[in-house]
Amino acid sequence: MLEARNISVRYGPCDVLREVSLSLSEGRMVALLGPNGAGKTTLLKALNGTLPAAAGSVVLDGRPLAELSRREAARRVAVVAQENETKFPVTVLDFVLSGRFAHGGAFGWERAEDISVAERALAECDLQNYATRLMNQLSGGERQRVVLARALATEAKILLLDEPTANLDLAHQAMIFRLVRGRCDTEGFAAVVITHDLNLAAEFADELILLHRGGLFAAGAAEEVLSEANIAEVFGVRSLRDANPATGKVRITPVF
Amino acid sequence: MKRANYIFLLLIAGLAAALVAAMLLGSERVSVFEMTEQGRAILFDIRIPRVLLGACVGASLALAGASLQALLRNPLAEPYLLGVSNGAALGTLLAFVLLGDVAGARPVMAFAGAAIATFAVYQMAKSRAGMNVERLVLSGVIITTFLSSIIVLLTSLLDAARLRGYTFWLLGDLSQATYNGFYLTLAAAAAGTIVLSSQARALNLMMIGERDAFDHGVEVGRVRIIIFGAASVLVGTSVAASGSVGYVGLIVPHIVRLVVGSDNRLVVPMSAIAGAIFVVLADTVARTAIAPRELPVGAITALIGAPLFIFLLRRN
Repeated sequence: MLEARNISVRYGPCDVLREVSLSLSEGRMVALLGPNGAGKTTLLKALNGTLPAAAGSVVLDGRPLAELSRREAARRVAVVAQENETKFPVTVLDFVLSGRFAHGGAFGWERAEDISVAERALAECDLQNYATRLMNQLSGGERQRVVLARALATEAKILLLDEPTANLDLAHQAMIFRLVRGRCDTEGFAAVVITHDLNLAAEFADELILLHRGGLFAAGAAEEVLSEANIAEVFGVRSLRDANPATGKVRITPVF
Repeated sequence: MKRANYIFLLLIAGLAAALVAAMLLGSERVSVFEMTEQGRAILFDIRIPRVLLGACVGASLALAGASLQALLRNPLAEPYLLGVSNGAALGTLLAFVLLGDVAGARPVMAFAGAAIATFAVYQMAKSRAGMNVERLVLSGVIITTFLSSIIVLLTSLLDAARLRGYTFWLLGDLSQATYNGFYLTLAAAAAGTIVLSSQARALNLMMIGERDAFDHGVEVGRVRIIIFGAASVLVGTSVAASGSVGYVGLIVPHIVRLVVGSDNRLVVPMSAIAGAIFVVLADTVARTAIAPRELPVGAITALIGAPLFIFLLRRN
């Protein structure tokens, strides 16, 4: 569905991303890991065209991303970026409905269908009674779930999520990951998720990609990528690895 | 949706009432029932073109303000405060000095001046970290004062008799209204309403954030050019006809948002009608408050607008 081939991204003179490749096919969930400044968000921005690649190419459903109009790209790829603030009071429902932009005409008043899609997305993110609340009066975690609801409302099959659970409590962290996992398993979605929670990544993702200083350090299943040696090298933290007794998946415990 | 339609109807009725009242009120009493030769001349040659021009100027400036605010994500963006009106004023003056009475020269040069000022203030205000409120306002102040000094330089080169007319005009003055000026601003205001309304949904997304809008399918660069272009045409034609009437683009969209919320599909067209009402009423006050002498309408709008600006800045 989405493929990045040897892409590099530059800010001014320095490469923030060097020759990284990534392939995302239907039903797959890829976790993007790495310390701050490793290039995770840059890669995500390159994957939807926000940042142009200085070298390499991004291919979406068989066509170079650069050839698609913004509308076409937005109907296929939804992004949950890190937080943004607006100075104008926008209701939660209006915010989620903005995700329907790529489906509407230019003058664009929403149709009944747009509203029902938005309401369903809100319900899926545990936000049933939030429609008339104002965005700037919500807590960080509530806002984050609204932003995810908007991504679902776009009906795009590819989700690019930049730390979607950073401000969430445990229950909602699990809810979001289960929701994305479920969409991948049953509805042909695919997702790239940036997270700092190695255990959530090991638990839910099919593939883990570990970035370090703008380059690809390791990629593959959790068992290969999350070795104690890799974690020590990339994060500079000693850790212990065992298996989660409940699920049998890799579990990392940092040693402080 | 019902409620928005009622507000539209109310605004249109309000505009009709304001137009009629403004045509009947003035330092010279004009009776429609016993029309004298002199009364007819005052009504048709002076008052009606002035009132109609005021309505179009108000609509244009409010449209430009509402759309710039959404585009720049800043409730304080306003053509006068950003220096766009001064750019248009300088263009008009240059046309007058260099080209004299060549037909169409003033509005075209006013548009060019507005467009250049818009571009300059945008380039100054944006930084890699985005655009914050203070930076935009400061850039506007710098552009405004810079252009003002050039305008002062130019007007001091003009001879004294013409100078007096220009100082009045610079403050925003509708007393030189003509039917031709009215037709041109009417065309601009009507086209501006349609073009900007067509971008209103994209503006709703831009208001949330530029990157956000891009992610959801908005051609950000194209929308920016359309808004800047339309705002420059609107401000250019207004200023060429009536000088820099300030704060209309700040006051009117602010009040509209208080009533209908921040959906630009309502805010943009409603601001056009409300702006027309506002300037027509302000100019009626300007004509009658110290009759038989007159105030420039820009003095009245600034009297209301400046305190509101301070209030909005403090609340930010």
